[in-house]
Amino acid sequence: MTDQSAALSPRHIPDRLDSPLKRALKSWETLLIAVAIAIAIANSLASPYFLDPWNLSDATFNFTEKAILAIAMTFVIITGEIDLSVASTIALASTAMGAAAQTGAGTIELAAIGLGVGLICGLFNGFLVARLGLPAIVATIGTMSLYRGIAYVVLGDQVYKNYPADFAVFGQGYVWWIFSIEFVTFLVLALIAGIVLHRTIFGRQVYAVGNNALAARFSGVKVQKIKFIVFLLTGLAAGLASVMLTSRLGSTRPSIAVGWELDAVTMAVLGGVNINGGSGRILGVVIAAFVMGLVTFGLGLLNVPGIVMSIFMGLMLILVIALPLVAERIARYRRLAR
Amino acid sequence: MLTTENTTDAPILQMAGISKSFPGVKALSDVSLELRAGHVTALIGENGAGKSTLVKILTGIYQPDEGSIRVDGKELALPTADAAQDAGITAIHQETVLFDELTVAENIYIGHQPRNRFGLIDWPAMHARAAAILHGIDAPIDTRVRLKDLSIAQRHLVAIARALSIDARIVIMDEPTAALSYKEVEELFLIIERLKTAGKAILFISHKFEEVWQICEYFAVFRDGRQVGAGRLDQVSHNDLVKLMVGRDVTQAFPKLPAQIGEVVLKVDGYCHPTEFDSVSFELRRGEILGLYGLVGAGRSEFCQALFGISRPSAGQLTLDGRPTAIASPSDAIDAGIVYVPEERGRHGAITAMPIVTNMSLPSLKVTSKRNFLRMAEEFALARKYAERLDLRAASLSQPVGTLSGGNQQKVVIGKWLATLPKVIILDEPTKGIDIGSKAAVHAFMSELAVEGLAVIMVSSEIPEILGMSDRVIVMREGRMAGAFEREGLTPEALVRAATGNREAAA
Amino acid sequence: MNTIRSLLARREALLVLASLLLLVAITARFPAFSTPGNLATVFNDTSILIMMALGQSAVILTKSIDLSVAANVALTGMTVAMLNHLFPELPLGLLILLAIVMGMALGAINGFLVWWLDIPAIVVTLGTMTIFRGMAFVESGGAWVNAHEMSPMFLEVPRTVILGLPVLSWIGILAIILGAILFTRTSLGRAFYATGGNAVAAVYTGIDVGKTRFFAFVLSGTMAGLCGYLWVARYAVAYVDVASGFELDTVAACVIGGVSTIGGVGTVGGVVLGALFLGIIKNALPVIGISPFWQMAISGAIIIAAVVINARGERVKGRVILRRKEIQL
Repeated sequence: MTDQSAALSPRHIPDRLDSPLKRALKSWETLLIAVAIAIAIANSLASPYFLDPWNLSDATFNFTEKAILAIAMTFVIITGEIDLSVASTIALASTAMGAAAQTGAGTIELAAIGLGVGLICGLFNGFLVARLGLPAIVATIGTMSLYRGIAYVVLGDQVYKNYPADFAVFGQGYVWWIFSIEFVTFLVLALIAGIVLHRTIFGRQVYAVGNNALAARFSGVKVQKIKFIVFLLTGLAAGLASVMLTSRLGSTRPSIAVGWELDAVTMAVLGGVNINGGSGRILGVVIAAFVMGLVTFGLGLLNVPGIVMSIFMGLMLILVIALPLVAERIARYRRLAR
Repeated sequence: MLTTENTTDAPILQMAGISKSFPGVKALSDVSLELRAGHVTALIGENGAGKSTLVKILTGIYQPDEGSIRVDGKELALPTADAAQDAGITAIHQETVLFDELTVAENIYIGHQPRNRFGLIDWPAMHARAAAILHGIDAPIDTRVRLKDLSIAQRHLVAIARALSIDARIVIMDEPTAALSYKEVEELFLIIERLKTAGKAILFISHKFEEVWQICEYFAVFRDGRQVGAGRLDQVSHNDLVKLMVGRDVTQAFPKLPAQIGEVVLKVDGYCHPTEFDSVSFELRRGEILGLYGLVGAGRSEFCQALFGISRPSAGQLTLDGRPTAIASPSDAIDAGIVYVPEERGRHGAITAMPIVTNMSLPSLKVTSKRNFLRMAEEFALARKYAERLDLRAASLSQPVGTLSGGNQQKVVIGKWLATLPKVIILDEPTKGIDIGSKAAVHAFMSELAVEGLAVIMVSSEIPEILGMSDRVIVMREGRMAGAFEREGLTPEALVRAATGNREAAA
Repeated sequence: MNTIRSLLARREALLVLASLLLLVAITARFPAFSTPGNLATVFNDTSILIMMALGQSAVILTKSIDLSVAANVALTGMTVAMLNHLFPELPLGLLILLAIVMGMALGAINGFLVWWLDIPAIVVTLGTMTIFRGMAFVESGGAWVNAHEMSPMFLEVPRTVILGLPVLSWIGILAIILGAILFTRTSLGRAFYATGGNAVAAVYTGIDVGKTRFFAFVLSGTMAGLCGYLWVARYAVAYVDVASGFELDTVAACVIGGVSTIGGVGTVGGVVLGALFLGIIKNALPVIGISPFWQMAISGAIIIAAVVINARGERVKGRVILRRKEIQL
């Protein structure tokens, strides 16, 4: 329609219309930082203990393991899939480590076993979803049941406790001053994940698959391979989270980390990852992890029990998605009314 | 505006002053249409002329911004698909939109199932009535079979039976013949004759003129969302209609430049597929445009997708630059220098939610990045180069492809492939659904590519395009090669004859 | 020959066969398992699963999923149990009605969010799953309601035997009959199939896709609400973690029963048989001396197997162009 007026010389098309600053200001991440600051202020007003460095350091423990899951989950969700089996993978990996510890395995072996079991779980999920083409929701509901089920078969109502003393380093050690090994690992992983997702060919292909898997395939992207890799990475991340959690708790029960898949999905979605795939950024997920950590910490200071906190998590998950949609609806009605 | 005298009977359906806008597009402006009982009215127009928007308004899917719809002189609103059905309006769509997993009987009766005296669905009655309707149109289809087990032609019959079951007085047929073989079209026309005798008013949408002349009495022509002419068909000539539809003189100038035809680039030998095509063989030379003609569903796209590695052939050899080459995936094809511009732009061609720049660079990331790390500056440079070469119209290179017009989206897809510096480019219906201006630009560009030494395969269902652009034409019918022609002395009749397998081709 | 093959291709026949083989295998070593009395017990034990799986199947037919059903059971169950404890004079009929209405309302919340805001069902119900269970904690303060705190009437009704079967079983049978009528004989039931089968076509045939999904969630919630009462009465205890993880069992029963998670495919018979298959395994484990801790792993393995089998049947058939291959009818 406007195309018919053919110009003689090719017209210049700018790279972008918005300046970088304008884009940053409009971003979801900016909003999240504002929320995080508001919660931090509210917390420091509510409790004098909040601003103590060691208290803050302790507070990181309640979200770093989940945040590691969330970072991996971000990749899975951006490809348009979902992995509900991550928490069960933690349980299975922890059980394997516990069983190995009973036979006298050392710290390094235990960590390797934890990561290895995570990897195998991810491999199986990847096989089901990428290779057999099963819908991820049901397939990972199945493995969620299977992995934790195996933990129950092995452990029943028993507990594994006899971990070697130096195994505690992963979950309880510090790199420097108030910076725990867990927290530093999380930050380093987040950085790597950010580079991989936003600065490599693989990351670009993850977005392409999530936006339109068919068109990605027609552009030469190996869709199955990409999906397989993200499930593999998620299994590995769950294995790592399992090593940390088991080391921190010093014990394994089959009910370990129940419901964490929900927290990981919530963090990712709160961080601006589109649940239908195709968009989202690591920075947002990292900030969302801090926001959720701050909320949990603040509610903890107010002595709110954990299960009530989970109401907040559930509400947050729905509201974060619903509010922009409601705002859009209202805007549309206004436009129509005019 | 060309309007001929209205003669006899009063129209059963009158649409007047209908307008409909979407964000950024005025799909219909001040459009009128009349349908008469016992007659077929042809709705003619190019892709994007507003035909499908009109159908959606008539079937209650879209609401018009302005205008009135009258049935039997009574003005009514059609807020839902239900309301349209209650008003006796039904549509048979080009891609039959029915339910694969449900039985034939239920597909015919869903939404208005017969009830027993307890108000529950009466299955025996449903099957009996469905069988009776199918019998009435000479369609021997078992009502208990699931729709997914039927052929496309049979699904059309089910859709027609559905229209009869709701006792519609106004039947809209949206390109009903697009996927049918010559014989099936003849059978469909017999059914249409019967519907006419039964007093139905039929709106027949097609851009195949021979069919329009064969079956319709009235016509309406749409162009760019406006009605540019309507009346009785026997008072206009073929040329009048084409002129109205295209809005300029009929002699379409195809900018085919003489290209230097070089050595053989691609040689396909006995390509077979278990279900889609059989023993396809040809040679393609540098600088050559090979037209691939056939009816929709003749296996042309499936064959091209096998060349591109989307599916794998069950037998056959491919030789590229004299070397036997195995292509197992699109990335193999791209590496080998074969690229494919698919027919369905929005589904296969472009990732519409992503920016122009990332779409353009996606198959070339190995070139623009360094050791797997992306370099955005290189990507922008690449995108700019091809955007300018193709005269792309966009506000910025970071604009999502989905916000561009159809023609500009197509330019992005073509640009994306040119950036990979291919040897062979396959264009599947390259001008489908894009406006006339962009169409000419795509044709000119295609010709330029051939001059530069690229080998081009062009799949098209438009005879003028095939005749105007191809150096050589291969016709496919039902998955097999049905003829090969040189440019010189090729006539439309010869193409149609080969494509339909009919000795007396339709004029 | 052909009819046998097409019969075997049907999920119901396959499940009947699998269940019978399972029963034969168990009976070979433990003859007591297959006595009519014990089979009736198995059915009674599975009634709640059957009812909730029927609700779940309506949701899955419309191409959604309801992960909040077990939390719904916990919340409604806790609510009626506490009301019964605090106000023993409230008539039981009122409590049951309350459980149904409350479950319905919780389902309506899910359905509304999916319908009006078009939020993916998995997100909505993951969220409401934690919210519902959290609310059960808030209202009870984490305390249990034990058998001696409930009225005898409250506990007795589901287990009262009428015509040789407990009331719970009769409710299950009634739910199956009503479910079969709803799914096969009403326009809402057929709209479930149409919505999940081809949402675009459904709109063209005058079906409101969003509203249909809403009703599927309402149905699922209603079933969960009724089962909330039945659960606490049958097990004579109410606590926050009641029915924890049971949502997976309902999904498993559907998937095993041949309900496609892509939507639009499934039958009441299949769902009931799928639930019974799980029920037989669950009841057989202690009999054949396998620890109940195996149950979770077994259902996980069965879900995966069932999804794999379903996927083989769902493989999209390509359009066939070569005429010689076309199906002759």
